[in-house]
Amino acid sequence: MLSRVADSLYWMSRYLERAEHTARLIDVDFQLRLDQSPEAGSGRWLRLLEALQAPRPEDGKIDATTLTHILTLDKTNPSSIISCVAAARENLRQVREQCSSEMWEQLNRLYLQVNSTISSEAWLLHSYVFFRAVQEGAHLFQGVTDSTMSHGEGWQYIQLGRYVERTDAVARLIGTHLSRLPYSPDQAVESEEYLEWVGLLKSCAAFEAYCKKYTAELRPLRVAEFLLLNLEFPHSVRFSVDMVHAALRAIAEMTERKAEQPVRLAGRLRATLSFGQIDEIIASGANAYVQSVRQQCGQAHTAIHQIYFDYPVESALNH
Amino acid sequence: MFEAPGVPRPHYKALFQTLLELPPEEMRKSQQAADLSFLHQGITFTVYGNDEGTERVFPNDLLPRIIPHHEWRKIESGLTQRIAALNLFLEDVYHGGRILADGIVPRELVYSCRHFRREMRNLTVPRGIYVSICGTDLVRLPDGSFAVLEDNLRVPSGVSYMLANRKVLKKVFPTLFRDYGVSPVEHYAQALLATLRPLSPLHSPPRHEPTVVLLTPGVFNSAYFEHTFLAQQMGIELVEGRDLLVHDNVVYMRTTAGLKRVDVIYRRVDDDFLDPLSFRRDSSLGVPGLFNAYRAGSVALANAVGTGVADDKAIYAYVPAIIRYYLGEEPILANVQTYLLSDPSQRKYVLEHLGELVVKAVGESGGYGMLIGPHSTAEQREEFRQRILAEPRNYIAQPTLSLSRAPCFLDGEAQARHVDLRPYILYGENVTLVPGGLTRVALRRGSLVVNSSQGGGSKDTWVLRA
Repeated sequence: MLSRVADSLYWMSRYLERAEHTARLIDVDFQLRLDQSPEAGSGRWLRLLEALQAPRPEDGKIDATTLTHILTLDKTNPSSIISCVAAARENLRQVREQCSSEMWEQLNRLYLQVNSTISSEAWLLHSYVFFRAVQEGAHLFQGVTDSTMSHGEGWQYIQLGRYVERTDAVARLIGTHLSRLPYSPDQAVESEEYLEWVGLLKSCAAFEAYCKKYTAELRPLRVAEFLLLNLEFPHSVRFSVDMVHAALRAIAEMTERKAEQPVRLAGRLRATLSFGQIDEIIASGANAYVQSVRQQCGQAHTAIHQIYFDYPVESALNH
Repeated sequence: MFEAPGVPRPHYKALFQTLLELPPEEMRKSQQAADLSFLHQGITFTVYGNDEGTERVFPNDLLPRIIPHHEWRKIESGLTQRIAALNLFLEDVYHGGRILADGIVPRELVYSCRHFRREMRNLTVPRGIYVSICGTDLVRLPDGSFAVLEDNLRVPSGVSYMLANRKVLKKVFPTLFRDYGVSPVEHYAQALLATLRPLSPLHSPPRHEPTVVLLTPGVFNSAYFEHTFLAQQMGIELVEGRDLLVHDNVVYMRTTAGLKRVDVIYRRVDDDFLDPLSFRRDSSLGVPGLFNAYRAGSVALANAVGTGVADDKAIYAYVPAIIRYYLGEEPILANVQTYLLSDPSQRKYVLEHLGELVVKAVGESGGYGMLIGPHSTAEQREEFRQRILAEPRNYIAQPTLSLSRAPCFLDGEAQARHVDLRPYILYGENVTLVPGGLTRVALRRGSLVVNSSQGGGSKDTWVLRA
């Protein structure tokens, strides 16, 4: 597979995952705001901006309308949903022959739909429809991809992109939440607080899955454990890292390149998470732990880039 | 479509009947569905010099154009003859130049051609094939016969629209399609691959599966959709210049598994941009050192470099003579009458009759650089007069053709529009003409320009089996 193609598939997938993640976060916030006082809402906006690595408004004023616009339909913001979907489509457009026609049609349709949305007060009132459409569009794309594309090397780069992005985004979200909200780890949270923790779970599409495992009694320790260390839930950090590791091993095998570096980095991260104990993690500082996860994930990303996408020609000729 | 008002030609009868029975609402729905499917599939082309929305859907018309079997047979044999002669001409021009010495084609016409590549002289191309893929534009003359309007021997495009149109029409008129007995076109990509593979240079040790790639200028090229489509259909890599590199006169592509040797390049990049070391130095689309590797015989290019000399519009006038010279046969398909403006007496005539003729720049394509006399203003005519006088070699003139018309479904009813036909010829061990082609339509009422870049559209072409 051409390095350029692999690079495009990887980034296409990352951008789409980013769009989906952003859409879900704002969607959840929109729902929660209906139940809360404005003050609680503005606190959560700050956390949301931090979790998305979006800059705080310069004048310090938290205005939901403006912020929603910046994060969704603002084309000048490179991380807005519309920009992410456009970037995903542009990446796929450059490698169209590598994906199935169904995949292209699905992503193109999502792009056309997002692009035809016009920002307005009326739109904002019903913006949940938009967020739902973006999330559904991304889910459909994943389903179409899984069932129409050969699960070969190209597919593995798509997996890789999705789960590298998800590892980073979910880890950041947990980190922000645990460091900004006061909590006592092993006590059930109550009333006003309760909504915030529901929000965190829902932001990872994890509320129902959590309830199945631990019932609707929310304890910060359990929420953290579920989102960080759960083996089976597809939006947990551990699950994502497992997928990154699996994709990297498959790629190393397919390319017959003994790419120790990326596989080793992902393997080490995977081991950290597999043997992690949530009470120890919380006790020794959840934020530091999450930052270390993100850092290792970043190192794996850099290694992937150097080995598969942009290697020096000299090294390849001696190969 | 019609012999006389209201009386359809025999092969159009069934279509005519279907149209009469079909409520217009049905047709409109089908057209909308087809347009939407083109948009969703991203079957678009790029318009240059237009800022807003560079991607545009290529307009497709639902009514098929029908060509009976016996007419197609003649087109087929005529084009086979023509491409064989043009290949011999190219080989000759770049080697001994017999045809020039014998005075059949004027020497200065060849050497003054912008697309003549001195670098190609005495270079042996794989299997002596210069033009592997050719798209020839045909028009129907008032007497009903087909004539060649121009040859496209460099990087002809449009074949993907032929295939896309077919796919849509089969959905819209399934029974009609079946009952008509239409020859299939779906094997084009396979035939193209079979034409490209034998060009592979022989290595030691020989390899069974040559690596064929399609070289595209990239996503901003007007035909990018087609490049991706063909690469996908052939199952080969679509590469850009930056994916390739040349080391020791061998071409490699950069893959995730390391460097991989490339044997045949189906290039959709013009000569000028192929290699910044040999041609235009400002080209960022090309591969430095590619031409040297080609000269060394370690990689094949299709089409070869320098084929543009044979589709120069001034050389075009000599193609019938070229066919007679190399093959000793009479041309099966006629040319359209052409005035060479480098010839003083022809130039004089043309300048006196600018209002009736079509003037074309010899090295241009895509409907750029054209004057259509009857539709021009005095100003435009004056501008072309100056241009012709400044560079007579650069222009030719042809009579304004009354292109034949075919019905198109526009604004809810069938309306007649001017059409031409571009079949695609694959020249290799065998000559393959996929029965069909791109019928281009001038969608603006009265317009004679069918190029997609100038507001043209296309429709499916049905060649009947027998």
